[in-house]
This record gives sequence, structure tokens and C-alpha cells, in this order.
Amino acid sequence: MSLQLYLPRDTTALALGAERVAVALLQEAARRDLPLELVRNGSRGMFWLEPLLELVQGGERIAFGPVSVAAVPTLLDALASDAAAHPLCLGPVEAIPFLQSQQRLTFARAGQGDPLCLDTYRSLEGFAGLERALRLEPQDIVNVVTESGLRGRGGAAFPAGIKWQTVLDAPGRQKYIVCNADEGDSGTFADRLLLEADPYQLIEGMIIAGLAVGATQGYIYLRSEYPLARQVLAAAIARARQEEYLGDNIRGSGRTFQLELRIGAGAYICGEETSLLDSLEGKRGMVRAKPPLPAIAGLFGQPTVVNNVLTLAAVTTVLAKGATFYRDFGMGRSRGTLAVQLAGNVRRGGLVELAFGASLRRLVEEFGGGSYSGRPLRAIQVGGPLGAYLPESQWDTALDYEAFAAIGAMLGHGGVVLFDDSVDMAAQARFAMEFCALESCGKCTPCRIGSVRGVEVIDRIIAREAPGQNIALLQDLCDTMEAGSLCAMGGLTPHPVRSALRFFPEDFS
Amino acid sequence: MGDRVEGALATVIEQYRDVPGGLLPLLHDLQHALGYIPPEAVPGIARALHLSRAEVHGVISFYHDFRSEPAGSHTLQICRAEACQAMGSRALEAHAKQRLGIDYGGTSADGAITLQAVYCLGNCACSPTVRIDDEIHARVDASRLDELLAELGAVGSGAPRG
Repeated sequence: MSLQLYLPRDTTALALGAERVAVALLQEAARRDLPLELVRNGSRGMFWLEPLLELVQGGERIAFGPVSVAAVPTLLDALASDAAAHPLCLGPVEAIPFLQSQQRLTFARAGQGDPLCLDTYRSLEGFAGLERALRLEPQDIVNVVTESGLRGRGGAAFPAGIKWQTVLDAPGRQKYIVCNADEGDSGTFADRLLLEADPYQLIEGMIIAGLAVGATQGYIYLRSEYPLARQVLAAAIARARQEEYLGDNIRGSGRTFQLELRIGAGAYICGEETSLLDSLEGKRGMVRAKPPLPAIAGLFGQPTVVNNVLTLAAVTTVLAKGATFYRDFGMGRSRGTLAVQLAGNVRRGGLVELAFGASLRRLVEEFGGGSYSGRPLRAIQVGGPLGAYLPESQWDTALDYEAFAAIGAMLGHGGVVLFDDSVDMAAQARFAMEFCALESCGKCTPCRIGSVRGVEVIDRIIAREAPGQNIALLQDLCDTMEAGSLCAMGGLTPHPVRSALRFFPEDFS
Repeated sequence: MGDRVEGALATVIEQYRDVPGGLLPLLHDLQHALGYIPPEAVPGIARALHLSRAEVHGVISFYHDFRSEPAGSHTLQICRAEACQAMGSRALEAHAKQRLGIDYGGTSADGAITLQAVYCLGNCACSPTVRIDDEIHARVDASRLDELLAELGAVGSGAPRG
């Protein structure tokens, strides 16, 4: 009987040497005449254990990690005899506390099998949502999404059902579904992980969205910084087309949905939905004034749903299991699950999917296990480069959109970046302004000029030039950016700056 | 315009002239074929897509990915974003600049390496992160970067080029 193994083909796993481990496994097994079947799965999202090898044994998946090339010979010895005795053995993968304590809906399939195998996808409840949607009227699909309480996972948390209803109701000769896969926030990788581990879930969600609002054309706008996700997604689209999930006769239903993958070109601002639309139209990624909303006049001036990868993916669960099932997770107005990404200076970094409501502290301590460096943690930036830096006094805040807004912070796309006590918060505040200056589309003055002036003022504060006056000036500048910017780029850059000033004043004096 | 540029240009124009919003994929493909977007290609692109030369130039210059002159044999991107900063990327970028003798945007004197800043490669749980061509590397410190450069056979030092 041959050994059945799984080893991820995921950006982080590969960045930690998974390809070399795969080659070594196959070569060493061939040398020993050991029959071996190696499936390249997606990652489970326990990145500190990558490359994470799994062995199928007695109907269970036994995990080993992190596996190096040097460990391959002893691993093969152990796999063929007493696997549990190997020092890298972690026991059944699903019993690892980091994974076992999660509430995985969107990421339930991640890491279970070959991401491109449609049979695997179907065997793990894939396309159940689509099958239901094909039997429903458009308005009924929208109603299910509205009732689920699902809010946009890209950062703005706008209710998905309301957006879909607007597009359904808007007159237009050609409506569009646009997936925002321009996951530019530092500290986030949930979209990438999903695209590399379970791409059909996004495709299924987009088809459902198309059926719901009457759109027959979809675009995925993927950032160019994700070369592996691009490869996997392109292959998945081709196979979905072959098996008629995409095309002009979806599974024999007579319904149409075409899907095209487009690649960004290294502009953070294109994660902003209107800028993304301009980019898709082949233009500079300039932010548009709203109104008109993209739902009314979006891509090529037509009614357009723009949703993040995780929003569209969640729709498959909502349709397959019902609005109530999904809504029963979460707290307050934040329903369902949030994909938290533990990043930066963290001992156990990776993806944690939990119902809204857990505290930031639980995430960082129970899942993250503290800092990677072993030094005390000092600051946590939540929600990407436009999110606030939070000191320990704020870590008991619940992961909930409204609870974070109440402390002047935001959840954004769920990125959680940990910093130990070596961090210089004045440098972090300066970087926030520098990043805004680099990535501003340039359309509105508060963002384009304000960010440049912001760097200069912070430089003067750091150089101890009239710090009192310059801090007042910086606050004033932040007011202008917040109130006067066209989009979240300029409008939210003050978040990290002000939180650094407020919570870490000692770094500025 | 050289034959190579002309041929590549004809191919991408043929492929994208009728694709809605086709300018970005056209530019990506052209850069993939030639390594850069030659300024002499701009008028032809503009004509084919019914745009002004200024519009095409505006798009090329807006996006960090597009370049108007050839790069080195390999492109080294170092992530400058927050998750990598939390793990020491500021020291890593200082080392890379010093070692290669160039700043971001420059190409090493031996023509081996073009150094670029990048803001997040989605490997934020195992920072610092660098990308060399299409390969992403995790937990890269100064000595690991030196190893990676050595694997490319690139000394990559001396005075900057261009």
C-alpha cells in the first residue's frame, strides 16, 4: 500500500521551502522503492508550522511540521513504521488547538485537498450554494443574503444584501460582478490563502452574485504581488469553464456567467473600489467621487457589484446552509465569522476564522502565543496600514465592527500585526504618512499634499523642533485629511498617526 | 523601432484592441515579452486603442509595475510594509542597498539585480519577505539574503548603473 501524503503548494509554504521538501520526498521515496502518493493541497493557515506535511493514517490526517529537506529521510523511516514517534509529529491535524478552536466556515475546505480538483470540491459540499441559487428567483437570492446579515469583508463592512438589491433594482443593459482581490493591506493574506487553497469557492460565489442581480459578466481584479494565486485561479477558471459552471449554459440551466481574471499593476489605491473600476477600464487607478455609487453606475458606467473575495466566498455558505445558520454566528450587527490574520512579530502566525465577538487579546495570546522575538508585545495594528495602533489597554476590545469604531479603530480586512517593545511609534506614524504619499492617486488635495506635509511635520517632531506646535499642526492636518479626502486612503491615514500620538506619546517627546 | 519590439507590439495589439479595458493586460503582456515598455511603442498603442499618447503614458507612469527601460537579469523586491517592519525589514533593506550599492529603482553595476520596494507580498505571518522574480522567500534576514543572492550567481556590487 502506498503512503498518502499532503504537502501544501501555498505562497508561504513555498517561501519556507515546501517545493524542495516535495522534491526530496519523491526522490528519497523512489530511491527506497517506497510507493508514495503526494497531493499538493492548499494551506490550513497554520503558517508557523509550514511546510506542514500530512499523512493519511487510519482515516485521519497526521501532521508533521515544520518539515525541512534534512528531515525527509528520518520522516520516511517513521512514516513507514511508527509515525507518531517522529519528533516533528504533531498528531491529528484537526486536533491541533490553533485549528480545533476555530469556527471555520469560509476556510473549512482550505488545506483539505488539491485546490484544482473539482471532484474534491464537490465532495466537500462545494456548489451546494449554487445548486440552491439556480432554483431561486433573483429577489429570493438577494433576500437570503440580506437576511444573513453579511457585511463586506474588504474593510468597509457595508451590508452585502443592500448592495446587491441596489444592483438588482438598477436598470442597465449589462451588469457586472467585480471581485476585489487587490488585497493590499500589510498583515493580510486571507484572500490569497483562499484563492490558493479553495478557488472554486470564489468562483461559485461570483456565479451566485451574477444570478442574484442579473449580471452575466464577472471580473476578478487580482494584485500582481500574488503570482501563485494568479496561476491557481487561472487554472480553476479554465476547469470551471470546461465543466460548464462558467459559460452560457451554467450546468445546463440556460443561465450565463462569464468570468475573466485581470491583474493589477502594483498600486495600493486600486483596492479602493472606484479606483479599481477605473483600473479595470484600462485607466490610471483614480478614485471616483460618489455618488454615483458603483451599484448604479460602476464598471463601464453600468450597475456593478464590487465585493471582496471573502464576501463572495461567504455567500456560498449563506446559500448552502441558510441565512439563519450564518446569522447565528457573531455579535451585534457583525454577523457570521471574521477571518483574522495574525502577522508581524507573532509566534504562531496564520489564519484564524472565528465568529465576531472574540477579544483581540484572546486572538493574540491564545492563538498567536505572543511575540516571535520573545520580547514583550507593545503595539498591535489592526486593519491594515490605515488601521490604528493599539496598546495593551485596548486589547480587551471585542472583534466587532462597532466596538472597534467606538475606540477610534477599525477591523478592516482583519489584519492583525504585532510589534514587540523595540518598535518606534514615531517611525510607524511617519511611515503611515509616507505610504499615503507614495500610494495616493493624487485626485484630492488633502491626501496628495496632506500626506507629504505629514511626513515633514513628523520629521520636525522627531527632530524636536517646536514639538508642541508641530504636534498641534499634525492634529490639524489629520482633521483636514479626515474631513476632506475623497476616499479612505487620505481619510483613514490619520488613524495610525493619531493612535500612535495618543497611546504612545513617549515616542514623540 | 527594432523588429523585436515591432513584433511584440503587433501581437499584443492584435490580442487586446477589442478587449474592454484592455490597456492594462496589453501593457503587462508587452512588458512580459520585452522586459519593459519601450517609449517608442506608446504611439502605436495609443492609435490602436483610440487613446492619446498622454493617456497611455499616464497609465504606464501611474502603476509601479510598469517600467520604461530594461531591468537587471533578476528583480529583487523587498517588502517595506508594517508586518515586515515588525520583524526587522528596515535593517534588511539597509543591508540590501549597501550590499548592492544602489537605492530602490536602481540596477546593480553588474546588471544582475534590480532592486524594488514592494508593499506586502501576503506572507505576513513569516516576515520579513522578499520576492526574487516570481519566487517569494520567508523569514529573510541579511545573511539569508546574501545566500539567495549567491544562489543567483550575482555578486551585485559596485557602482550603480543607469
